[in-house]
Amino acid sequence: MAMSGLDIYKLTPKTNCKECGFPTCMAFAMKVAAGGAEISKCGHMSDEAMAKLSESTAPLMKAITFGTGDNEYKLGGETVLFRHEETFVNRNRFAVCLTDAMTQEQVDTRIANMKKVDYVRIGEQMKAEIVALQYTGNKEAYLSLINKVKASELKVAYMLICDDASVLKDALPLVQDELPIVFGATNSNYEAMVALVKDKKLPLGLKAANLDELYALAENVQKLDYKELILDTGIASAREAFTNAVQIRRISLKEQDRTFGYPSVVFVNELAKGDKYMEVALASLFTMKYGSIIVLDDIDYARALPLFGLRQNIYTDPQKPMRVEPKIYPINNPGDNSPVLITVDFALTYFVVSGEVERSKVPVWFGIPDAGGYSVLTAWAAGKFSGSVISKFIKESGIEEKTKCRKLIIPGKVAVLKGDIQENLPEWEIVIGPDEAMHLPKFLRTLEGIN
Amino acid sequence: MAFKTSVQKYSGSINNLELGTGENTLSLGGQNALPFYNFDGETGSGTKIGLEILDVYPESWIPALKALYGSAIDSTVAWAKAVEEKYAPDFICLRFEGADPNGLNKPVNECAALAKEVAAAIKTPLVIAGTQNHEKDLKLFEKVAEVLEGKNVLLMSAVEDNYKTVAAAGVTAYKHKVAAESSVDINLAKQLNILINQLEIKNESIVMNVGSAPVGYGFEYVASTMDRIRLAGLGQNDKTLQMPIITPVSFDTWNVKEAASTEEDSPEWGNQEERGIAMEISTAASVIAAGSDAVVVRHPRSAETIRAFINAMK
Repeated sequence: MAMSGLDIYKLTPKTNCKECGFPTCMAFAMKVAAGGAEISKCGHMSDEAMAKLSESTAPLMKAITFGTGDNEYKLGGETVLFRHEETFVNRNRFAVCLTDAMTQEQVDTRIANMKKVDYVRIGEQMKAEIVALQYTGNKEAYLSLINKVKASELKVAYMLICDDASVLKDALPLVQDELPIVFGATNSNYEAMVALVKDKKLPLGLKAANLDELYALAENVQKLDYKELILDTGIASAREAFTNAVQIRRISLKEQDRTFGYPSVVFVNELAKGDKYMEVALASLFTMKYGSIIVLDDIDYARALPLFGLRQNIYTDPQKPMRVEPKIYPINNPGDNSPVLITVDFALTYFVVSGEVERSKVPVWFGIPDAGGYSVLTAWAAGKFSGSVISKFIKESGIEEKTKCRKLIIPGKVAVLKGDIQENLPEWEIVIGPDEAMHLPKFLRTLEGIN
Repeated sequence: MAFKTSVQKYSGSINNLELGTGENTLSLGGQNALPFYNFDGETGSGTKIGLEILDVYPESWIPALKALYGSAIDSTVAWAKAVEEKYAPDFICLRFEGADPNGLNKPVNECAALAKEVAAAIKTPLVIAGTQNHEKDLKLFEKVAEVLEGKNVLLMSAVEDNYKTVAAAGVTAYKHKVAAESSVDINLAKQLNILINQLEIKNESIVMNVGSAPVGYGFEYVASTMDRIRLAGLGQNDKTLQMPIITPVSFDTWNVKEAASTEEDSPEWGNQEERGIAMEISTAASVIAAGSDAVVVRHPRSAETIRAFINAMK
């Protein structure tokens, strides 16, 4: 449990030496309890007191790292139950599951799909970040599966799903330099499993029949002084997995119990039982509610587009709008006679407007100046989307060389800027667009004289 | 330490509201816990699923969807009947796209006559959606409410510009239910509920449409707005935010690039129908997780999956 300011105060030297930057030891202790200062600022505490304090002032949910290089990821470290309270920090990661029971064709197809689904959305790379390799009983096939995936040059982090420590003894060396997750510690094997992962500090996945047993298992593993853990939400049913995901998060953050202070793994592939659309529904639910690793049966664009988009939304700072990079975006293959359409760099506006322009099939140079990441009216009110901002952008973006057309379309909501822009860009015809993006297709087609 | 389940009890609950008549009545709301949090309390009657149909031939819908209903799609009445027989949704959302002044601008009387015919042909409860042109909707809802008297439908949506007429005509005069539509902001939602309340309309006749967005398109605002509305209604017992929530998922998801781009335009993305369904399912599952008591979807496969999803979470 977290310590109160008074508890911490009792451990300080109580000399009010002010070296920590606070006027009294009491003031310092209160600040530490509130998470506003580090105990290490006090140089006069006994080692014993320090150990006690670093334990109890550590974050309630541990952040776990795995993988290497470009494929290194962090999970957990979350501080709130709802994202409006504070940002969700470490986004969930999607895994695709391969087993030793699959045919070579099945394995090849999944690897090919994982390579194929790899794209950038609003500056972020979108792909299944983990390959989950599941042992089902054939050790030779399992080892060759691991070797095959390694040889495929798939750029991923690894998760070995296996509860047989003797199999892992041979399997783990194949990928241990990739710092994989090892999943499969149970009540009957946890000592052997901890021994396997301890040297490299690899994350260890714990599984049990229910939350009660999972809790006891987590306690036992912690007694072995091992704390790089990931907790399984179970595969009995979607209902139970959801209850467990919520309880794990709540027990760690709300009840402040570090026994469950770890990220979770949800085997959506097992819960959906081969129904791809159910997999999308459940993966969406667990992206919203507390899945840290979400294991899928396979990946394709139909699954990826909504799931990665949802994740990108949920793991954003509630205080800061999402932005797109200010520049000229060509839509529908514009040429040297296509008009220029301007809007703001607020990601939502960009998506809605670009979608409607695409729908119109009219070739357009789509210009996004730096407008502070706000919506049209907010940016205008804040002076970030003014006549001079737009004119300057037109002059500096190089668009005047890309097109001979001198039609500049501005959002209807900032029609008042027309005069201002006209003054700065006398060669351009400033056209006032519609108030709402949904009216753009009709507007653009009329403008270009297309029926 | 021993393991102990963490339970959160709330003082407030979401109003229970009924749509439709007789044995086909459906109820929304009634819960005193967050969606699927049955370890905390009652999770109510569960989210209801509606399928969207239009008053006109769905020109802009993807070919796969149009093909699904065969020739029934040429007549709204036949379409409604086909939807009821084949897919048995909890409700049907009849959307008057043809009344849009920027489109066919069909006269209000013609729309009302069609609404009456549809209502007479089916037993499934109806949700009536307008054109999103507030002035036209005001006249449309007023007339539709009149001809559907006794059917207990939901008029979606009353907005700040037209709520006085829509809510007064719909609820006070003809005893229907009304959806208060605001745009993804807890304060706007609360304000509109209070305004409608001041027309001496009971909270129990109001549903909220607090705005929607497809996943990937600012969905974080939708998720957090719904979270906050539910926590205010349940946790702070805020009576002005205890209405069930309806989310017209299909109105947005089929327009975004992921669903609208054809295989010709984006060959690497694969089958368009699958992408559309996945976008719709992901968005629907996410708004249900955030607190929606009813969702409107367009593809029967989405409805089927979401139903199985809700059942799996019981």
